[in-house]
Amino acid sequence: MNVNQSIPPVPPFGQPQPVYPGYHQSSYSGQSGSTAPTIPYGAYNGPVPGYQQTPPQGISRAPPSSGAPPASTAQAACGQVAYGQFGQGDVQNGPSSAVQMQRLPGSQPFGSPLAPVGNQPAVLQPYGPPPTSAQVTAQLAGMQISSAVAPAPPSSELGYGPPTSLASASGSFPNSGLYGSYPQGQASPVSQAQGHPGIQTPQRSAPSQASSFTPPASGGPRLPSVTGPLLPGQGFGAPSVSQPNHVSSPPPQALPPGTQMTGLLGPPPPMHSPQQPGYQPQQNGSFGSARGPQPNYGSPYPAAPTFGSQPGLPQPLPPKRLDPDAIPSPIQVIEDDRNNRGTEPFVTGVRGQVPPLVTTNFLVKDQGNASPRYIRCTSYNIPCTSDMAKQAQVPLAAVIKPLARLPPDEASPYVVDHGESGPLRCNRCKAYMCPFMQFIEGGRRFQCCFCSCINDVPPQYFQHLDHTGKRVDAYDRPELSLGSYEFLATVDYCKNNKFPSPPAFIFMIDVSYNAIRTGLVRLLCEELKSLLDFLPREGGAEESAIRVGFVTYNKVLHFYNVKSSLAQPQMMVVSDVADMFVPLLDGFLVNVNESRAVITSLLDQIPEMFADTRETETVFVPVIQAGIEALKAAECAGKLFLFHTSLPIAEAPGKLKNRDDRKLINTDKEKTLFQPQTGAYQTLAKECVAQGCCIDLFLFPNQYVDVATLSVVPQLTGGSVYKYACFQVENDQERFLSDLRRNVQKVVAFDAVMRVRTSTGIRAVDFFGAFYMSNTTDVELAGLDGDKTVTVEFKHDDRLNEESGALLQCALLYTSCAGQRRLRIHNLALNCCTQLADLYRNCETDTLINYMAKFAYRGVLNSPVKAVRDTLITQCAQILACYRKNCASPSSAGQLILPECMKLLPVYLNCVLKSDVLQPGAEVTTDDRAYVRQLVTSMDVAETNVFFYPRLLPLTKSPIESTTEPPAVRASEERLSNGDIYLLENGLNLFLWVGASVQQGVVQSLFSVSSFSQITSGLSVLPVLDNPLSKKVQGLIDSLRAQRSRYMKLIVVKQEDKLEMLFKHFLVEDKSLSGGASYVDFLCHMHKEIRQLLS
Amino acid sequence: MATYLEFIQQNEDRDGVRFSWNVWPSSRLEATRMVVPLACLLTPLKERPDLPPVQYEPVLCSRPTCKACNVDVPALIELFPSFQFPPAYGGISEVNQPAELMPQFSTIEYMIQRGAQSPLIFLYVVDTCLEEDDLQALKESLQMSLSLLPPDALVGLITFGRMVQVHELSCEGISKSYVFRGTKDLTAKQIQDMLGLTKPAVPMQQARPAQPQEHPFVSSRFLQPLHKIDMNLTDLLGELQRDPWPVTQGKRPLRSTGVALSIAVGLLEGTFPNTGARIMLFTGGPPTQGPGMVVGDELKIPIRSWHDIEKDNARFMKKATKHYEMLANRTAANGHCIDIYACALDQTGLLEMKCCANLTGGYMVMGDSFNTSLFKQTFQRIFTKDFNGDFRMAFGATLDVKTSRELKIAGAIGPCVSLNVKGPCVSENELGVGGTSQWKICGLDPTSTLGIYFEVVNQHNAPIPQGGRGAIQFVTHYQHSSTQRRIRVTTIARNWADAQTQLRHIEAAFDQEAAAVLMARLGVFRAESEEGPDVLRWLDRQLIRLCQKFGQYNKEDPASFRLSDSFSLYPQFMFHLRRSPFLQVFNNSPDESSYYRHHFARQDLTQSLIMIQPILYSYSFHGPPEPVLLDSSSILADRILLMDTFFQIVIYLGETIAQWRKAGYQDMPEYENFRHLLQAPLDDAQEILQARFPMPRYINTEHGGSQARFLLSKVNPSQTHNNLYAWGQETGAPILTDDVSLQVFMDHLKKLAVSSAC
Repeated sequence: MNVNQSIPPVPPFGQPQPVYPGYHQSSYSGQSGSTAPTIPYGAYNGPVPGYQQTPPQGISRAPPSSGAPPASTAQAACGQVAYGQFGQGDVQNGPSSAVQMQRLPGSQPFGSPLAPVGNQPAVLQPYGPPPTSAQVTAQLAGMQISSAVAPAPPSSELGYGPPTSLASASGSFPNSGLYGSYPQGQASPVSQAQGHPGIQTPQRSAPSQASSFTPPASGGPRLPSVTGPLLPGQGFGAPSVSQPNHVSSPPPQALPPGTQMTGLLGPPPPMHSPQQPGYQPQQNGSFGSARGPQPNYGSPYPAAPTFGSQPGLPQPLPPKRLDPDAIPSPIQVIEDDRNNRGTEPFVTGVRGQVPPLVTTNFLVKDQGNASPRYIRCTSYNIPCTSDMAKQAQVPLAAVIKPLARLPPDEASPYVVDHGESGPLRCNRCKAYMCPFMQFIEGGRRFQCCFCSCINDVPPQYFQHLDHTGKRVDAYDRPELSLGSYEFLATVDYCKNNKFPSPPAFIFMIDVSYNAIRTGLVRLLCEELKSLLDFLPREGGAEESAIRVGFVTYNKVLHFYNVKSSLAQPQMMVVSDVADMFVPLLDGFLVNVNESRAVITSLLDQIPEMFADTRETETVFVPVIQAGIEALKAAECAGKLFLFHTSLPIAEAPGKLKNRDDRKLINTDKEKTLFQPQTGAYQTLAKECVAQGCCIDLFLFPNQYVDVATLSVVPQLTGGSVYKYACFQVENDQERFLSDLRRNVQKVVAFDAVMRVRTSTGIRAVDFFGAFYMSNTTDVELAGLDGDKTVTVEFKHDDRLNEESGALLQCALLYTSCAGQRRLRIHNLALNCCTQLADLYRNCETDTLINYMAKFAYRGVLNSPVKAVRDTLITQCAQILACYRKNCASPSSAGQLILPECMKLLPVYLNCVLKSDVLQPGAEVTTDDRAYVRQLVTSMDVAETNVFFYPRLLPLTKSPIESTTEPPAVRASEERLSNGDIYLLENGLNLFLWVGASVQQGVVQSLFSVSSFSQITSGLSVLPVLDNPLSKKVQGLIDSLRAQRSRYMKLIVVKQEDKLEMLFKHFLVEDKSLSGGASYVDFLCHMHKEIRQLLS
Repeated sequence: MATYLEFIQQNEDRDGVRFSWNVWPSSRLEATRMVVPLACLLTPLKERPDLPPVQYEPVLCSRPTCKACNVDVPALIELFPSFQFPPAYGGISEVNQPAELMPQFSTIEYMIQRGAQSPLIFLYVVDTCLEEDDLQALKESLQMSLSLLPPDALVGLITFGRMVQVHELSCEGISKSYVFRGTKDLTAKQIQDMLGLTKPAVPMQQARPAQPQEHPFVSSRFLQPLHKIDMNLTDLLGELQRDPWPVTQGKRPLRSTGVALSIAVGLLEGTFPNTGARIMLFTGGPPTQGPGMVVGDELKIPIRSWHDIEKDNARFMKKATKHYEMLANRTAANGHCIDIYACALDQTGLLEMKCCANLTGGYMVMGDSFNTSLFKQTFQRIFTKDFNGDFRMAFGATLDVKTSRELKIAGAIGPCVSLNVKGPCVSENELGVGGTSQWKICGLDPTSTLGIYFEVVNQHNAPIPQGGRGAIQFVTHYQHSSTQRRIRVTTIARNWADAQTQLRHIEAAFDQEAAAVLMARLGVFRAESEEGPDVLRWLDRQLIRLCQKFGQYNKEDPASFRLSDSFSLYPQFMFHLRRSPFLQVFNNSPDESSYYRHHFARQDLTQSLIMIQPILYSYSFHGPPEPVLLDSSSILADRILLMDTFFQIVIYLGETIAQWRKAGYQDMPEYENFRHLLQAPLDDAQEILQARFPMPRYINTEHGGSQARFLLSKVNPSQTHNNLYAWGQETGAPILTDDVSLQVFMDHLKKLAVSSAC
């Protein structure tokens, strides 16, 4: 683990850092140069710089004017231009030359070493090895890695550029000079290199940590280095470095010329390849080790070796005495990414860019690829062959959130109307027109980027091409220039060839004894009166087109006629629950404004009518059937809001029995707890989907309600489940109402079908999320909202082409809330690689975890939980082992080497393994597990990230005046100081932890009581007080809640209080009561597994 | 003869009974040779304003096998020698004799004071698949009816169309109803569960002792005392909308009559079994879905006709009939009755539904639209009151017939169901609904009349002593409309006569009117299950045999054939019966046939006779109105004819009269007499209309008018296009028909009667 122990490095580190920026940039150029050595690259380089300077815009637009070719000639100068071209080329279909260009840029980042292969084989080789090694080192000890990374990049670049291919490349590169300069900069780094650890340390307190980290003798220091590295990876390279790296990497080819370098420096930020930076550093490190060229590295290497030696650590003490500070810290990684990438917009013009982390606030500019808010991939560089993919074991998956909500400063997708003929599509594979389609024969035809089929361009769509082979009107047409856009669908895309009617919302309220007793019904009815004014509406529509209907039920169903012409609502009871139907046609679904008086009257009367009810039994399936029937009768899609309290035990279809049996836990039969009790629910869900009927289920159970079964229908229809155990109006009102409001108001797509098309070579094979599939390709969603995510896994069915990359097109056909039929298209281009190193360099751990968690959570349906956990561990070990074997520099077996991009994989994976579903604690109910299981299934990356690794924010550490969020601390009890107050959130829960020795003043200003002992434990509302601290905390809580799709109820936990156990459950780096390993222990375990695999 | 006629009339007035034979042949063999069985028409609730109600319970014969009521003791003792006086009679003296011991009280009505009195129940079952104005008219009629009901009556409302809605009448604010799918047959238990009528067993354990008292009637939600929900129900009826489900072109509306009825029956069954209740079904078309559907919703497929039925082409008929029979039987078992008010231009499935009314003693009314006075007045007439201010309706009656041992009971024909009470006096030969000595009549009114058939079982070789009398006792338990339980007991005694020696006596005591009606009932009863021609043949054979038995003639000499006065009209009745819609289906839809037969089987003798042989009056300047022959020769140009067929009242203006009226003479002061002449039949018709239930179709037509067919189809076609003028009369109207005329019929009859071949 603690490869980099060398203490000395520390100081150097400090230096290096400053240098880094430069390094990276230089390195980039260097790399690029090296990779790009060939002339063409030069051209590229040109563009790159341009990029950097004028990041996105330049790329996309500037180019048009200047042809790519010219760019190549005038590299530096034209660089930008060229780049732009590239960008375009990438996106669309440049001429052959353009293509090359594209490839270069695309491949450069990753494959800069690789891609060039042909020409630069030599170079590459050097790179190859180095990078791997670099990465390895990085990986070695997470920290080391990072450290290595940080320093490495510069060095590598330098070293590479000049030393290796440089020969050839250098020739071409004027940059060499630049390099030279870099090298200098690096020089220092180099020295650092040796002290990789040092480097890291500088970044952070790494050194100290390092020491602690590598518990083993030497380990101590190394460890810190490790942590350091990690940080560096992000933090380091992060801001300046990383960007530069990225820049460099992509540009590299193009950049080779020195000019690029400069460009790089400036522009770096725009570039997205943070990974690259990280990699590069690592590479550098590796390089160093691998090759002589990197004399500088040499020094680092030494360090590495030292690492190696240090690695010894792992063997002896590592497991026990690893310093938590020395192992990769999620907080650090997040902070670094935030600092490095949060400031500049993320421009999507270039293929295969790794976006900033989900925890980073960044702006996206769509220039041909879908925003990461819509699609995130586990890797942005896909192995060309299935063999490679198998070897790496890195799942290839995309997490797609087709209707993701965008921040106000990003434009929602434009709507394109192709008139009566409908959207233009490839005749063979039916892919929709997108920026990657290549127009040929003067614009008369286009070649499908997915299946290569050549199609005629319809006359009304014809447009001339410019000299770059691009359509003149490309920028006037969203479908030719943007990654995401919408088409208006024609009648051919509608059910029964009829345009759909506006959808409907039906509120179905349980009025059994439990619901009445808790006050739920009264509360709900009161709320609905006002909430109905906020139904989702489209665009600037004055009133929502959505119609509403009301049903109450216990063991029978009550429908209400609320036709506007009635003086009083009419109630119609249907007690034939075995064969449900809708008793009325006219007056059930109404426009809110027209029927307001009747609706109000109804909502006033419902609580009264059932006030004396003694009915405790409820039904469930018939309620939904009623909803389906109602929508069927009205010939529209819609959403049912079900407010349900108890296990449906009344005699009716879908009757359930209490089968909660904790004895099954940890047995082979445990899976049955997650499976629905009867098939009736699935059948029902199918019917729902066929009608476009989405179900949102609000549960208010007092006891077991069998969430596993009840949630089947919401799950398969794209709906949501909310659960408020032991609901009491006083305590849970705000949470429920807030969830309800948000749910009712949010924009929903109805009756949707999603299809993911890919370039030949890979294929979408598996899907996770809340939807139903009746065949293997179409994801059917009765409803889909902006919070729902579909995770798609891809597998190879052929070879991919490095040049053309891999394209994804996600098409979502849906009915908008105004009843308009539309198609939303998201396109994303990924790079392809022939070197594993490129894969590892362009991974995204958060997305990976998202996929793995969903995979595992689905696995529990069919396999014992233990098997699922083992599978996860094994896969993770294989991934890391593969890296170690193929990409990392040789080092002692005792050294744990993690890829920079995956250094958090162990900690996150451990969180997944410890989660309630996979390792339940004694206090976790079966319902909770089922609930969480289905929640996670449709979470996006940001949600899984915080869900598995909760955010822990100290409240009193930072000055009161600071307006920004306080930096988080790691989720471990060790990090809590008893003189402080912390907020912990995981997207579902929100805790306020109060240390026992918090200053009285703080207590007073927050809780309005005089001492710690007077604070009510379990408090869920903080008093609103007029003092800066209170306001700040309240503000922070509000902003946290605003970030999440569900309202988080606050729970105040006092240190040493009973409730603290609950709180501690979320300190995921610690050992958990249910037997979950601590982070340190797990890391050691993982290391062991890897070593086993390697040996 | 006059004495016999008087005797018959007196008996009818007093006891509501008319026998085919008023002197009984004393042996089985002779009785069978009489051709017309010993039978009677019994009107159990015959209005008897003079009948003093007896405020105590009848005393029964204490022999368990007998249990006859103690009436007219001397006669009883004579007739039922085994009669044992119960101990209660211990204190009888000459001055304090109970009414039943007085001879003039052969019919006595007892009122029973004990037992909880339950209010009358009226459950409206309303079709909403109607045209707007039809529905409006129906709503008004229903609202009107509320004002006619006693305030403590329980009322309920079920509406149906594509769905069936059971309205809960108790709630304030939101109007509430239970809705059922119209396509699904539900068992009584399911219905009661779904309506929440079954008392939940579990809550009882929750230690709420006071609870049960809150709901004395579980059903109170659906059946409420009128005075409580009068306004509410009026509003509810007012707000009734047409069935909202769209009916596409070329389709019939989906109408769930079968399920609606089933739910109505189930509702009452679960809540008020054995209590007087009326289910009143108002329907405006055929049931088109679910159990009991009569026709599909495709308009292009017409509803079944007699032709289809003969060809066995009526797809739904059997199943539907079965469904309604099941319902009818359940209803009858619970003592409720079902009325059917069907108003539509096309058929509404009365054929399938007829048993509901037939078996339960409910009414059946058929009209063209709810927006006609025919329906409105008929419906109103249901709620008319008698001289005591009571409704002319009674519920849940059982008729118990007891006979002296020379007689056995063969069966009954009328609005009743068998209670399957076997006993020594039950014959094995069934005529009509037999095999029992008790019948249930769930709904009856003062005119409801049953035909009851007996069999003489006395053996020829065990002669009855001279002057011996046979006795029959009819005991009718029923719920009076005042909700009181009552028992009406009628005891009849008739002389025995040896047919060999005293045939003249028997012959003279023949009641040909009663016999015609009783035979007609048998014929119609057979027609329900047999082919039409078979029934006619059977009737013909009976007639011929009767003529052979009682005619005076010389063999093989038709011209010598004579019948005595007491038989003289009988062949003519048979002639018209053969042509009547009760046996002829030609030109009638299955619904119409069912409708006619329904009324024929429940009306009293007078009305039945009108149905068999309509009455024709003639108005002219030649004299006062006079009844004339129901013959085409009666149709003269200067006459106004008034025909009453029971179902129709036809006023027919002769050719000349019609011309006069056209010329407007009636408006000229100098022709006031003409105006009077025109007015006279109208007034008379009005009189008939006032009394008749159901309200007849009122037809005002004239010579050459299209509606004149109603008259022309009824009269005896003595003049047809074949034999016009052959009879030498210069007037009259030829009928375009190939039917035989009465004259031809009689000629044949004579020929056959005198033939020795038969």
